[in-house]
Amino acid sequence: MVSLSKLLPGQFGKVVSLNAERAVDQRLMALGLLPGMVVKVVRRAPFGDPIALSFGGIEICLRDIEARDILIDIAADCPVPRPRKKL
Amino acid sequence: MSEAGQARVVLVGNPNTGKSTLFNALTGLRQRVGNYPGVTVARKSGTCELADGQKVELVDLPGLYSLAAVSPDERVVVDALLGRVKNERVPDVVVVVCDATNLLRNLFLAAQIAELGLPMVIAVNQMDAAKTRGIEIDGPLLSYRLNGVPVVLLSAWKGEGITEVRRAVATGLRQKSTFPTVTWPDAIAKAVATVALAAERDTHQPVPGALAQRLLFDTAPTIAEAIGWTAEAREVPIRQAREQVRSSGLNPPAAEPMVHYARLREILEGVVRGVSRETATVAVDAILLHRIFGPLCFAAIMLGLFWSVFALAKLPMAWIQQGVDLTKAFAASYLVSTPMLQSLVADGVVGGVGAFLTFLPQILILFLFVGILEDSGYMARAAFIMDRLFSWCGLNGKSFVPLLSGFACAIPGLLSTRTIEDPKARLATAFTVPFMSCSARFPIYALMCAAFIGPRYGAFWESVAMVGMHVVGLAVAVPTAFILTRFILKVRPAPFVLELPRYQMPKPRDVIWRMWQNASEFVSKAGTLIFAITFVVWALTYFPRDPAVAERVRAESPQMNAEQVEARVQAAYVEQSWMGRFGKSVQPVFDPCGFDWKLTVGVLASFPAREVIVSTLGITYSLGEGSDANSEDLRSAMREAKWTEGSRVDTPIFTLPTVLALMIFFALCSQCGSTVATLAQEAGSWRWAAASFVYMTALAWIFATAVYQIGSKIL
Ligand SMILES: Nc1nc2c(ncn2[C@@H]2O[C@H](COP(=O)(O)OP(=O)(O)O)[C@@H](O)[C@H]2O)c(=O)[nH]1
Ligand SMILES: [Mg+2]
Repeated sequence: MVSLSKLLPGQFGKVVSLNAERAVDQRLMALGLLPGMVVKVVRRAPFGDPIALSFGGIEICLRDIEARDILIDIAADCPVPRPRKKL
Repeated sequence: MSEAGQARVVLVGNPNTGKSTLFNALTGLRQRVGNYPGVTVARKSGTCELADGQKVELVDLPGLYSLAAVSPDERVVVDALLGRVKNERVPDVVVVVCDATNLLRNLFLAAQIAELGLPMVIAVNQMDAAKTRGIEIDGPLLSYRLNGVPVVLLSAWKGEGITEVRRAVATGLRQKSTFPTVTWPDAIAKAVATVALAAERDTHQPVPGALAQRLLFDTAPTIAEAIGWTAEAREVPIRQAREQVRSSGLNPPAAEPMVHYARLREILEGVVRGVSRETATVAVDAILLHRIFGPLCFAAIMLGLFWSVFALAKLPMAWIQQGVDLTKAFAASYLVSTPMLQSLVADGVVGGVGAFLTFLPQILILFLFVGILEDSGYMARAAFIMDRLFSWCGLNGKSFVPLLSGFACAIPGLLSTRTIEDPKARLATAFTVPFMSCSARFPIYALMCAAFIGPRYGAFWESVAMVGMHVVGLAVAVPTAFILTRFILKVRPAPFVLELPRYQMPKPRDVIWRMWQNASEFVSKAGTLIFAITFVVWALTYFPRDPAVAERVRAESPQMNAEQVEARVQAAYVEQSWMGRFGKSVQPVFDPCGFDWKLTVGVLASFPAREVIVSTLGITYSLGEGSDANSEDLRSAMREAKWTEGSRVDTPIFTLPTVLALMIFFALCSQCGSTVATLAQEAGSWRWAAASFVYMTALAWIFATAVYQIGSKIL
């Protein structure tokens, strides 16, 4: 189980839990990001933050600190992309 | 708008589903649409005829994902649904507009609205887009599963299915709410009842179950604040109710979407068929959001935008200028027998309003670009790219659109701050928008550069000064936002969640309509506010007209030719006019900036609307000749202007330090009545508007003084 912010672009996994005390997470859940849902990190913004996620056929962006509290079970068949080089 | 007895129908749905497009199709009105969340920032209503000939009031509302409202535009919707708007009852039918490409998520909102017990119509829009993506929807089956709630499949933009909507709304009006409501787990049902009781006790008003659900589930206190349940009063009951829910193994905020989504999945079983095929969006994003090409493309788009605003607008601006000059000349020759009327019409009205209208092409081009960027779907990507650069000073990616619009005019910029959920970032954005170099600042820059910087230092430095003036506001805005969000604003931060819509071809119809609307607002401002200010400034500069003044001047200068004498007479009149006297008495305040009394008059007259500066300078320097930024008379009159008293007597007024100080002053000063009023409205209090006014004006004075004083020492 890892935090969503630790996923590299291209990686995906199942949502285990969100921090339901925060308004962000309530918004995400309204959008369908619920435990059990598969979520993929599509990319990071060019300057490193926020990250673009795709789930349930939509793409949304979310800041790194807000992704930190979302725990993910990385899928077994998930590709392991090369970590992005520091510019 | 609404007549007594007319039914009220509201359009609700996620952002970007096509509510405004449907509104336009149903009412025949033209409401702004765009492929960017938050294009509709306030409610708008019109009349719509139903299939049975009945006329109803139709209301277009901003988009939202959930009734758990955070931002003000989301609250507008919740208030409308709860009937909490003054003089308005709850809607008779709610049309939930859904995006066919994402029905499940769109129905979540419908399920929440069903809890309110309102009759509903489900309008599944963008069926054309769904088809191209390989998605099929079984409308009758969905309606059956929803207990007979009318379901319409349509393409609002193509005009397909609009008649069916008219029919469905008529049906909906005759029905009660049939959308199957949720049977909540016992613990939640009990907790909702407890919260409802406590809230009723504290706020002395009925709190229906749907409202109590919001109080129990929502992490943001928007709804509690809306019904006036204070933080102290609600803290204990809400915490206890949530404890109750938790002890049964459920998590209050998570329970709501879990229950709804689980049920909606069952309802949609077999209704939605086909898998969504990947579209071009992914491929385009691979370039436009690439970590190297992304920012490059962004920079190129912005450069192209600003280049177009300045370069492409040149020609039409020259045409308008010629038109204004011709009108002025015609008016002057026509009214030559009545000097006062001649001065009023030529100098005051045509000069002042004309100088303002010259900037219409720039506004049009900027909004053309903003429209194209929004409708194509790029604006959300721009926010995604820019968020990092904005977040360190407390703003966020969504501040980008308001700030960009601010380069045309602060008003639309301020209005678009409503889409920012985070109250801190929203206020800070609203506070910084007026610093963006709006087109009304352009005339004074153009005049100063063309009259002084260009001739003396060449075209290169002229453009440097021009660009510099556009950057200076931004440079001040960033630290302002930083200080504001770090040390002054004590409000809780809200999430930055932004949907990236799929790309689409911008629709010329929508883009041009958008441009046209902004233009007509601009023109109507010219016709009202600017007209009024120009008139007042003209009157204050023209009166009083004591003939003794003219006689005295004529007696003092017998050896001059008639033209020179006439010029001196006009100058003497201006000097002893109300405005001249006032300017002279206030001049000491602006003396450290290097402004003489005539410039002081210009600065003071520009407080209601800064664009009047050029015509005012025309009145004060060109001796009643009435001028504009391109007028050679005004430029040479200003070049020849000299100090008439004090230590600088007989040296030119317009030295480089004064010119720069004047431009900086206009770059930073709060000189726009409509901006101040709009800021007060958006920030919800006059205190903010007053703070902005004082801050900007003080900053302008300090910077202008610093530039003049340091500049005079060095040069
Ligand atoms: N393909 C397609 N696009 C549509 C349709 N209706 C609206 N749109 C587009 O969806 C975007 C959002 O429309 P708008 O009416 O502003 O949505 P609102 O935010 O719900 O008011 C715009 O770019 C519209 O052109 C439709 O029926 N089909
Ligand atoms: Mg809209």
